[in-house]
Amino acid sequence: MFDFLEDYDLLGAFWTTVQLAVLSAVGSLIWGTLLAAMRVGPVPLMRGFGTAYVNIVRNIPLTVIILFTSLGLNQTLGVTLGADDFETINFRLAVLGLILYTSAFVCEALRSGINTVPVGQAEAARALGLSFNQVLGLVVLPQAFRSSVGPLANVLIALIKNTTVAAAIGVAEAALLMKEMIENEAQLLLISAVIAFGFVVLTLPTGLILGWVGKKVAVKR
Amino acid sequence: MSSVLYDAQGPRAKRRNIVFTAVFLVGLAALLWWVFSTLYDKGQLEWALWKPFFTSGEAWSTYIWPGLQNTLKAAVLAVLIAMPLGAVLGIARLSDHAWVRIPAGIVVEFFRAIPVLVLMIFGLALFAEYTDVSSDDRPLYAVVTGLVLYNASVLAEIVRAGILSLPKGQSEAAMAIGLRKNQLMRLVLLPQAVTAMLPAIVSQLVVIVKDTALGGAVLTFPELLASANTMSGYYGANVIASFTVVAVIFIALNFALTSFASWLEARLRRSKRSTGAVLGADDVDDINAAEVGGPHKADG
Repeated sequence: MFDFLEDYDLLGAFWTTVQLAVLSAVGSLIWGTLLAAMRVGPVPLMRGFGTAYVNIVRNIPLTVIILFTSLGLNQTLGVTLGADDFETINFRLAVLGLILYTSAFVCEALRSGINTVPVGQAEAARALGLSFNQVLGLVVLPQAFRSSVGPLANVLIALIKNTTVAAAIGVAEAALLMKEMIENEAQLLLISAVIAFGFVVLTLPTGLILGWVGKKVAVKR
Repeated sequence: MSSVLYDAQGPRAKRRNIVFTAVFLVGLAALLWWVFSTLYDKGQLEWALWKPFFTSGEAWSTYIWPGLQNTLKAAVLAVLIAMPLGAVLGIARLSDHAWVRIPAGIVVEFFRAIPVLVLMIFGLALFAEYTDVSSDDRPLYAVVTGLVLYNASVLAEIVRAGILSLPKGQSEAAMAIGLRKNQLMRLVLLPQAVTAMLPAIVSQLVVIVKDTALGGAVLTFPELLASANTMSGYYGANVIASFTVVAVIFIALNFALTSFASWLEARLRRSKRSTGAVLGADDVDDINAAEVGGPHKADG
């Protein structure tokens, strides 16, 4: 009954899912951190840009962004992101779309971490005579990062689930394989169970481990 | 302007800010210049491509409005069906009986761990194989099924978090005056939890509206995003223009919902008549991610 599974590259599809998730996670962590720095920084123009970016991107469906990277950026404007073949281009476009979308949520997760630090902490540090760099580096940011672990873990799990949207532009990941398998085989429940199991394996341990870490390192107030 | 990160600024910091602003402005201008020159080179700024959206109502009445209607139809149906299911699952998870609590917990955690798109694809095949729903209606059924399965479990967590967010004194007082368990839930906890949950439910609506777009891209459901595709075919490959219009509509709709949710949240937090328990947008983000944050955060 499981014979037909051998005709499909199930592990390969989930490997693509993992690659999408990891690359987008790294990219959105970088861009999201920059956005968060802009949003909490003292320069009004950058604050405005960060706020506008987050509010716009959070309210657009990820599907619109991903589809736009393919139909708009690639097919209309000729952006290829340095790749030659169709598959690599779409993979990179999907990563780009996921980064643009997810970084807005990374930014908010980091900002919520900073917001948990009471102003009194910085005031007390200054009263002790610490310099600006010391206040930030020794007192405020360590606490902020520790409080951000939980929210960031949430963003990562949402990202793993969101990689399926790449199926909309033909990236050969798990959801697209599922669609293909369902069309060719009369094993709907079995196929769905296998794919669902794959995602549970990816998201549940990530959630449990990072959730545990997040609770462990969070500053108790 | 001062925050936990920096002090009120003196003259030197102000000068530095001006430099930062100038550099950032130059970078931003360069980016915009690149975008516009690329658009111009590819002929995407020609008035003919944008004209359909501004000069006549045809594009709106033939493509955009029907698409938007389908988006809203799927979203509203999903909420209406998922809400009672979610309430039942959420209350079941709080049951004193393990044989009720544990299965409900498994159902909720399972569906929260799976991408909505997978549930929608499953729904489409399910209706094709086991029911005689016509193939025109199947995408709508599939989209709503996927949204309901996922959002019922998210709403279950919202309901559970809403009930747990109420002060303990509420149930203690109710038990002290001799109410039964079901009276306690029905007369005391649920009415207050519903109020506390309202902002969270409105925030979840944003997630639902966004997820309907998946149906347009993968399941041939004729919603707003799909109408962008049809339009760019009809009006001579105005991909950029069609996507811009559709994105703006999505942003406006969701921004209105988000603002309504935060207004509701702020109002509830101010109100003196309630117990002050509120579930806001942040809690919803946690719940959507499955597993990690969830209701435990509420007491922090």
